[in-house]
Amino acid sequence: MKRCLLISALVLAFSTMPGVHAQTLSVPFTSFKLPNGLNVILHRDTSVPVVSVNVWYHVGSGNERPGRTGFAHLFEHVMFEGSMHVPEGEFDNWLEAAGGNNNGSTTNDRTNYYEDLPANALELALFLESDRMGFLLDDKAPDKINGQRDVVKNEKRQSYDNQPYGSAFLELPTMLYPAGHPYSWSTIGSMEDLTAASFEDVARFFRTYYVPGNASLVIAGDIDIAATRKLVEKWFSDVPAGKPVPPINAPTAVLDGVKKKTITDRVQLPRLYLAWHTPALLKPGDAEMDIVSNLLTGGKNSRLYRRLVYEMQIAQDVNAVQQSQALDSNFLIIATARPGQTLDRIQGVIDEELDKLRAAPPDPREMQRALNQIEANFYRGMERVGGFGGKANQLNAYYKATGQPDYFQKDLDRYRALKPADIKAAVEKYLPKDRRVELSVVPGDKK
Amino acid sequence: MKKTAALFIVALFTAAAAFAQAPDRSKPPALGPAPSLKLADIQKLKLSNGLAVWIVEHHEVPLAQINMIIRSGSAADPIGKYGVGSLAAAMLDEGAGTRNSLELADALEFLGANLSTTSSFDYAAIRLSVPVSKLSDALPLMADVTMRPTFPAGDLDRLKKERLTALLQAKDNPAALIGMAFPRVVFGPTHRYGTSGNGLPPAIESFTVADLQSFYRAHYRPENATLLVVGDVTPATVMPMLEKQFGAWKVEGMAARVAEVPLAPQLKSRAVYIVDKAGSAQSQIRIGWVGVPRSTADYAALEVLNTILGGSFTSRLNQNLREQHGYSYGASSAFDMRLSAGPFLAAAGVQTDKTGPAVQEFFNELNGILKPIPADELQKAKNYVALGFPGEFETTGDLARKLEDLVVYNLPANTYSNFVDQVNKVTAADLQKLAAQYIQPDKMAVVIVGDRKVIEGDILKLNLGPINIIPIDDLFK
Repeated sequence: MKRCLLISALVLAFSTMPGVHAQTLSVPFTSFKLPNGLNVILHRDTSVPVVSVNVWYHVGSGNERPGRTGFAHLFEHVMFEGSMHVPEGEFDNWLEAAGGNNNGSTTNDRTNYYEDLPANALELALFLESDRMGFLLDDKAPDKINGQRDVVKNEKRQSYDNQPYGSAFLELPTMLYPAGHPYSWSTIGSMEDLTAASFEDVARFFRTYYVPGNASLVIAGDIDIAATRKLVEKWFSDVPAGKPVPPINAPTAVLDGVKKKTITDRVQLPRLYLAWHTPALLKPGDAEMDIVSNLLTGGKNSRLYRRLVYEMQIAQDVNAVQQSQALDSNFLIIATARPGQTLDRIQGVIDEELDKLRAAPPDPREMQRALNQIEANFYRGMERVGGFGGKANQLNAYYKATGQPDYFQKDLDRYRALKPADIKAAVEKYLPKDRRVELSVVPGDKK
Repeated sequence: MKKTAALFIVALFTAAAAFAQAPDRSKPPALGPAPSLKLADIQKLKLSNGLAVWIVEHHEVPLAQINMIIRSGSAADPIGKYGVGSLAAAMLDEGAGTRNSLELADALEFLGANLSTTSSFDYAAIRLSVPVSKLSDALPLMADVTMRPTFPAGDLDRLKKERLTALLQAKDNPAALIGMAFPRVVFGPTHRYGTSGNGLPPAIESFTVADLQSFYRAHYRPENATLLVVGDVTPATVMPMLEKQFGAWKVEGMAARVAEVPLAPQLKSRAVYIVDKAGSAQSQIRIGWVGVPRSTADYAALEVLNTILGGSFTSRLNQNLREQHGYSYGASSAFDMRLSAGPFLAAAGVQTDKTGPAVQEFFNELNGILKPIPADELQKAKNYVALGFPGEFETTGDLARKLEDLVVYNLPANTYSNFVDQVNKVTAADLQKLAAQYIQPDKMAVVIVGDRKVIEGDILKLNLGPINIIPIDDLFK
């Protein structure tokens, strides 16, 4: 579905990058900055006559202020409704008439947009992206926000309210973070705050965050590097520079005990969510937690899947994921009980398996199996240029996190450097039994 | 380019580029001619036992995609055993050759391979994605799964319970319920397309190892299979490996004659069906009837017609229900084309208190598509379908899926090279004729999963025809 929100932790198991034993992986790129501050990254890949234009704005729901939760995502929707020189509706009409697709998404940390289109239509995407970067607000803007407010409310109804267990992802942020922390509310926000959002909010948000110095443009695909650079200069040089973006000041979030809660939903089967604070994206400990998630629930032989689903058959499903974020990551274990089974019993088995990893490192073959899967997934991520999962988006992701777009090899090297003892140490340090969130969703009325 | 060179360029470009002159934003830039896709050749070969092998070389990333296609899917399920073909496919990697389920998974994962075994109504597939350096290690495992599955009773029992539990969970989820209710209304409980591929609880509970073995023996045979190979390989490197693993595959006896799926009787008059799900924040709506098979000569034109109606973001249904009225996060339509005629459907989730007005807007658009389509709207849709087509051939997985369609639907070799021309030839008159034939709103079923007490009154006022209430539990019988 278009203009989606990355709602679930489960979509981001690991960023998928390339990897080969003998050779060094690289995605060759050319990079430059315009005088207005816009960072530009160009990558040539001629396998199909397609080009992807990918823009990241380094603003997400973490930049929202209290009373306006959900605003970064609502703003993302408004970005598709036309700009000063693009009448409402024509953004999509013109792209489709050129054979293009587009989408956007919002997380805690960033908002991204892409256009995938035939190589001849590159300039159309640059015109559209530069116009909304420089000249979004016109006299129609107040109506546009009203229209998209209704759409976003229906996105919330569809993806959370009408979705079994959907309310869990609204609860977890409030349990993990203290009030006022930038991650303490969900990206979709509350209905009340969506109602309250005004045109003045849109204008302020645009002027503060949608400035070229806070953005990064990747163009990847069947392009000529020199000609593309000229086109970028042509279309983006008149985008006004803005002021530096205020940094987020967030205290380090810690849990000092077990936070336990039970909520009801219209579901047949109870589901358990365990959550911890873990190291931020690409920080020491982050790769360890990706490996831990693979050891726990990656495949039939993984420790939790094998015991809960395969052998004991007391759970219908179990998933563990390191949800990596810029300020602070979350590690989640989610399991659904089979009919007649209790969450207490499932939690007991999860704790037994975590205790085993605290007591002894994984065996070398188990560790190697996880690394081999991660490495193969790096390759699979190299195949596509566009979309949310392609190389263009990943170049922007690495640029934001490290300043180095071609971080593919270094990312893979993080995993390769790990030893079994590192995994044991990470579980001991980051997944304590006495400092975590324990959320149960049980059958009842929807709250 | 090496890292050092790239850094040098960064410095160079930062210093330059201050000659900004405002571009002409009064109209979108003119575009040059669209590129055409050069399709890679399909090399059609055979193993010594006659097994067909199609190879497409794709030397971009060191990966190989190997798909074994079995031309029998859920549509080959015997009456009373709906779901057996799907379960047989799911059981293939739960034990094969000398390995049990866990040993197989361990061996594949250690290679960084992904192996999946699935089936649809039209065919079953065993799909392997693996780094080329590990291909020769992974192929014997794929051969075991294809030719020597053991169907262990304990694993069958586990998968049956998983499927029964998933059906229990479907009762929670309006999106899952509409996926069961709509085909059942359009095709009825006896036509194979009226029940999901996995089947329903009474049949699933009944399945035995003998049921699975019987389906497997009848359909998993070299003369009913094609092996598709896409990736960083050449026939010279890969054919000896395939011959070694699959060249001796022979099966005794005659292949089962699979009766074609009968064309479902078309709906005759409009009726409404409400599945009552109290407290729903949205109503799930599907409106449609029996559509067309994949073999239709109108394939390209129907793609264009559907793009205009509900197949793209700027389509009429999405613009109306999402952008104009804000009733929904998105509305769409589709012709689900199979070996026999699958459904045509228009679909959306809409906020509960707007269900009546939303259904009215659906019918406004379904009636509107019967009128002549304006030239610019037609051109936009043709461009969207034709110019976007090359992007569907990017990855090894994309290419293999395109080959699967050629095999399963027995399409001519020039299907893809002709597609863009066929799209470009479509006229407004063609679409008007097709719409009159394939979209008759006064005969369609209107199926809604939602909060009956809130929505029924508004639906009644629309005078669409008789309203039938379907208890949720009836969908599972």
